[in-house]
Amino acid sequence: MGIPPTIPILGWAWDDLIFLLLGGIMLAAALFVVIGRDIIRSGLAMIVAFGALAGIYVLAGAVIVAAAQVLIYIGAISVLILFAIMLTQTKAGPASLVFHRQAWVGFVAAVVLALLVIVSIIGTQWPGKEAQRIGIGTIDVAYLLFTPLYVLSLQVIAVLLTAAVIGGVFLAKREDEPDPGERETTTLERIRPPEPRP
Amino acid sequence: MSQSLEAYLILSALLFAIGTFGFLARRNAIAMLMSIELMLNAVNLAVIAFGAFTPALAGHAALIALLVMAVAAAEATVGLAIVIAIYRNRRTPLVDEYSSMRE
Repeated sequence: MGIPPTIPILGWAWDDLIFLLLGGIMLAAALFVVIGRDIIRSGLAMIVAFGALAGIYVLAGAVIVAAAQVLIYIGAISVLILFAIMLTQTKAGPASLVFHRQAWVGFVAAVVLALLVIVSIIGTQWPGKEAQRIGIGTIDVAYLLFTPLYVLSLQVIAVLLTAAVIGGVFLAKREDEPDPGERETTTLERIRPPEPRP
Repeated sequence: MSQSLEAYLILSALLFAIGTFGFLARRNAIAMLMSIELMLNAVNLAVIAFGAFTPALAGHAALIALLVMAVAAAEATVGLAIVIAIYRNRRTPLVDEYSSMRE
């Protein structure tokens, strides 16, 4: 016996259940990112949100975007953010106040924004709404990338990434270089400082 | 439900709103950057949803989503480098203590 085409008791399609599960996990993790008290846990919850979103991409048929999501967001950006969190965490930092005092204005703005967008989504007659979901072929994407429509974007992205790497290194570099006259300490001395002479 | 465009778009709208709230309300600069990443992901989800339900746009949507990801990676690199550079001078990651521009 195989898997039944719908969920036995509820009568839903399996896709719906997976969509609801992934969407719920993603929204819950995103909420935890935003309201979490401990910022390291926020960073870890962000990885969960990205992973659930990758699952939703697979459900929507965009497999290559899901793969890129795992590689870029879960693999690169999350690690970058976790490192930055660890570099900027202070023990004595006032962790008691997570939000600004005017955070309620932001809350109202976010709720109004969500309601506005949702109302306009529901009120719009989308063309192609009845169309079946279709998969996005990897070959199509690779082909499109080198058509005249997108090849300039590819070059611009390449330049942008190079500029971002150079800019990031320049910004994060220490400005106080050691004096050339000062003797450099070796790694061994840094681990175990030399004993003071009597 | 997973066969309707509205479900994907509403999910995307909710994620974007959560990111907006985080960006406006959090005090920590890195938490604000994480909220920006959430918002970029919401935009990506909307783009992919439009592509998945419009056959003529499928490949274009995936490509635009990939370009957005590359820009997001660049933004995260520079943003975090700026936060670390400021942290080195001010010894705090909280944005409401960065008040020297106001003085």
